[in-house]
Amino acid sequence: MAEFTPLSALIGGCLIGGAAGLLFWLDGRIAGISGIFGGLVEAGAGDRYWRVAFLAGLVLGPLLHAAVTARPPAFVVTPSLPLLVAAGLLVGFGTRLGHGCTSGHGVCGLARLSRRSLVATLSFFASAVVTVFVARHILGG
Amino acid sequence: MRQVVAALAAGILFGLGLSVSQMTNPGKVLAFLDFLGPWDPSLALVLIAAVTTAAAVFRVARSRPRPLFATSFQVPGRRDIDARLVIGGVLFGVGWGLVGWCPGPAIASLALARWESAAFLAAMAAGMLAYRLSPLARAEAPKTELTR
Repeated sequence: MAEFTPLSALIGGCLIGGAAGLLFWLDGRIAGISGIFGGLVEAGAGDRYWRVAFLAGLVLGPLLHAAVTARPPAFVVTPSLPLLVAAGLLVGFGTRLGHGCTSGHGVCGLARLSRRSLVATLSFFASAVVTVFVARHILGG
Repeated sequence: MRQVVAALAAGILFGLGLSVSQMTNPGKVLAFLDFLGPWDPSLALVLIAAVTTAAAVFRVARSRPRPLFATSFQVPGRRDIDARLVIGGVLFGVGWGLVGWCPGPAIASLALARWESAAFLAAMAAGMLAYRLSPLARAEAPKTELTR
């Protein structure tokens, strides 16, 4: 499970960064996925089409990847519905309150050398590490 | 129209990157966040490569007066560090650490047709709506957007 995959990580990272760069270069938009998704959920956003297109692409990308690779991707996720719901609620609320997630603050914000994004990124990485530590090593999940 | 096609292309590339780097697999993300387990540093390399590449393309893009298909660059103009930024980040981090999904990979995982990502995304949308309806959203300072 915990195998280090440096090559695919670097290639994938370049694709992610390239995608964020492309959206900015062509459309002038920051590829912050919680913001793009949130703009859809929250009523009043007049510019829905590009958001839907980007999010559809996000699903098409892995399908494309699966089509060219023969074996199904490794995938491990908790089967606990209460845990999934609690996590989803926290991710939704937190990313709106903090104005961004791993893509908007983590990738785009750090690339723009934004101090706000650095603070946000340090906040969510630190709390995620503490959460995993508590869940796995103190409560023993 | 060109803007929408460009967004689709960027989305496909982004989803491909998440899939290639296996960030769509919550187990792999948790293996990074768990420093005491058999640690998997892959996520750090994904982030470093993504930030470096994005920074390079941003730099090229900003050397032009405006985006290719739009009238202006939409860049967050805020510089202040407030409690919401940190508290929001901390809450998001707890949710991220509980399951191993952040918004991008959770959406991209719909490609795998698993019920778990649908459940997570429904709750995520509910969490966003809850914020929207909360007094916190009403007290929010108006967004300042820097055009260029």
